[in-house]
Amino acid sequence: MAAANPAIHDVHDDHDHKPQGFLDRWLFTTNHKDIGTLYLVFSLTMFFIGGTMAMLIRAELFKPGMQLMQPEFFNEMTSMHALVMIFGAVMPAFVGLGNWMIPLQIGAPDMALPRMNNWSFWILPFAFLLLLSTIFMPGGGPQGGWTMYPPLALQGGVNVAFSIFAIHLMGISSIMGAINIIATILNMRAPGMDLLKMPVFVWSWLITAFLLIAVMPVLAGAVTMLLTDKFFGTSFFHAAGGGDPVMYQHIFWFFGHPEVYIMILPAFGIISEIIPTFSRKPIFGYQAMVYAIASIAFLSFIVWAHHMFSVGMPLGGELFFMYATMLIAIPTGVKVFNWISTMWGGAMTFETPMLFAIAFVVLFTIGGFSGVMCAIVPADFQYQDSYFVVAHFHYVLVTGAVFAIMASAYYWLPKWSGHMYSETWGKIHFWSSVISVNVLFFPQHFLGLAGMPRRIPDYNVAFADFNMISSIGGFWFGASQLIFVGVIIHCVYFSKQKATTQVWEGARGLEWTVPSPAPHHTFSTPPVLKPGMLAHDDVSH
Amino acid sequence: MAMISSVRRARRAFAAFALLAGGTAFANPQPWQLNMAPGATSISQRVHEVHMIALWVCVGIGIIVFGAMIYAMVKFRKSKGVVPAKFTHNSTLEAVWTVIPIIVLIAMAWPATKLLVDMADVDNSDMTIKITGYQWKWRYEYVDYYKKPTAVNFISTLDADSNRIRQPGSGLDPKSIKDGDYASYLLNVDKPLVVPVGVKVRFVITADDVIHSWWVPALGWKQDAIPGIINDQWTRVDVPGIYRGQCAELCGKDHGFMPIVVKAVPKAEFEQWLATQESETAAAKAAATAQVAPQPATQG
Repeated sequence: MAAANPAIHDVHDDHDHKPQGFLDRWLFTTNHKDIGTLYLVFSLTMFFIGGTMAMLIRAELFKPGMQLMQPEFFNEMTSMHALVMIFGAVMPAFVGLGNWMIPLQIGAPDMALPRMNNWSFWILPFAFLLLLSTIFMPGGGPQGGWTMYPPLALQGGVNVAFSIFAIHLMGISSIMGAINIIATILNMRAPGMDLLKMPVFVWSWLITAFLLIAVMPVLAGAVTMLLTDKFFGTSFFHAAGGGDPVMYQHIFWFFGHPEVYIMILPAFGIISEIIPTFSRKPIFGYQAMVYAIASIAFLSFIVWAHHMFSVGMPLGGELFFMYATMLIAIPTGVKVFNWISTMWGGAMTFETPMLFAIAFVVLFTIGGFSGVMCAIVPADFQYQDSYFVVAHFHYVLVTGAVFAIMASAYYWLPKWSGHMYSETWGKIHFWSSVISVNVLFFPQHFLGLAGMPRRIPDYNVAFADFNMISSIGGFWFGASQLIFVGVIIHCVYFSKQKATTQVWEGARGLEWTVPSPAPHHTFSTPPVLKPGMLAHDDVSH
Repeated sequence: MAMISSVRRARRAFAAFALLAGGTAFANPQPWQLNMAPGATSISQRVHEVHMIALWVCVGIGIIVFGAMIYAMVKFRKSKGVVPAKFTHNSTLEAVWTVIPIIVLIAMAWPATKLLVDMADVDNSDMTIKITGYQWKWRYEYVDYYKKPTAVNFISTLDADSNRIRQPGSGLDPKSIKDGDYASYLLNVDKPLVVPVGVKVRFVITADDVIHSWWVPALGWKQDAIPGIINDQWTRVDVPGIYRGQCAELCGKDHGFMPIVVKAVPKAEFEQWLATQESETAAAKAAATAQVAPQPATQG
């Protein structure tokens, strides 16, 4: 093929070579940037669908008494909200960011397996079509929580088959994405881009991808056993047939805890890019940051039962999982201390990405504090399945993962679109989000400590005041995200301010050596690394 | 060490006093409640202590970490004309902030471990109550009392007032119902679990259909009720009173509507109650037998 001639290709590198037709461009794409964009747009769509469900939940919980919906529908909303946010919003957002940025950051022309990349994205819309369609089926969508504990989950109707098949598809998509990322990082780095010179974001994704490959098949196994229990007469989890409902929880959380870190490790990577940029100072303790991520990933495999302390484990089991869980605080602490040390002595400016990154460090740490508290088994006998836990995981997932995604969107949007976003509106979005998210989730700590269980559609009047405050915060936070969409649309289509190649004064790394917007094809010939080009030049650090 | 334990004893005594003085008012969820209540048993008070230790450790670390961050954000700004430093690591510092958290964690794990060992000790109980979770109610069986088997066995469900109000679109005011002076919406039952004060009660907990979780915050723990599995837990309630809780594991549409009420009464009162229940159960059984018995005669 003529296109295989590298000389010709190089000469035309500045011309985009984008496929012209809409379907050619997006449906048949093998370009990592376009697929990254698809993932990000999909993720944002799911964020709003899941967010709408959250608004309905908060509306029903606005005051005591059942005003808006049947309890069955409420359970459907809590279950679907979690599934959509985890598998539809957070995970695809990180895969999208990985697709866009990993080749740019390691100097690769594209992902290693571009056609598989297309497939792993295009499975997702169909998976979610299947999942969301259950809402309109007789009997409604899944109502047993996103964890789908049997025997309750098996009481569902047709939705059991649909949601399990959807989860299988999501798992296949994630595994293919992970294989692609590992193959890209290990094989396609530019000459001189040693593993310990890679940006922390690339490292975080390399480790996350291994987690994905390790645990997505475990989830697939667990839900397949649910499927055969429901439709083919097996008794894996039926006590009456000699099965064990607790076994499901062990298998599920063996997937579920690494899954939690799949949703936060890339966030650590993003924050480790942004803070040095806006501190104008190299990241503190680069190697320690990489080892901390690896330690957290390792520990994630030996702490799963802390999700089930009240299930009735033997004393020795409770103690082991308590100690192992507490250990996670150490590498996580290292990360937080290193971020602060990166800021220390820097020359900081506070553009929107930096604001989100700082909010991430503070609020994720608060989520980490409640995490350490939950590790303490006797106290967790009180916290477990209460709103304290709801507050905990929303602090790490919303002000953790989601804030990191938003920070990264502001950080790299100029590189993607070629325009600067509106800093004023970005800051308005930030302040509105950061205040409302605390109004939304902080009172939930109080509710849980006072004794309010999670996943209830109605509650005693003692819980009324904080629930109302939380709901107000929820509506406010939800509305604030419309500003985010506005800023993105404005930046991509209407902004007059052209972005420079460098975009941010303190930015280092290969992605800042290509023009803004990044051309359709980049690094068709590998870049030559020069001193000062990378954020982490000196391997001894 | 001796001083610490005497301080702790004093604190416990104070907590018990506060509980007695306030009755059980603070054992159940209160409007604007910010923190975990110390509860009604020595175990629940120790749970509260472990919780408070963890909370204050987190607050302390938070002040240091966020303080350093705020200081950095104020001091090291480009607008102040700072020239960025070049340092990229500091091995001593990194070792320090790896080791110190380990020490802090051990300090938190130690009391927690001791407490957990005590909570797991269900031996030497004076009575046994079997709890079975159903969609969406609880069955309580008084298996034995001081080694004497009893036949007392009843179902406990959401009270009729709450049930009327909680129907979607009922338009009724959840604030309108009270049990005593407690606004009891969704935290009241038709028939509470009655337990004696000062007696070590062993609970064996299971479920019949799906997984439930039996949670009364004032007792200091929750325990999942799982079909096919029998879990055990124990309590010794120190203060008479009414302690309210709820199912804590999603169990279907009425998960939010299967409350738990524990009524702790003095031992004598309990024994009287148990005797009454026994005779009522016996009478009910006799009546049932009497109804069934004539049938073969008419057939014959």
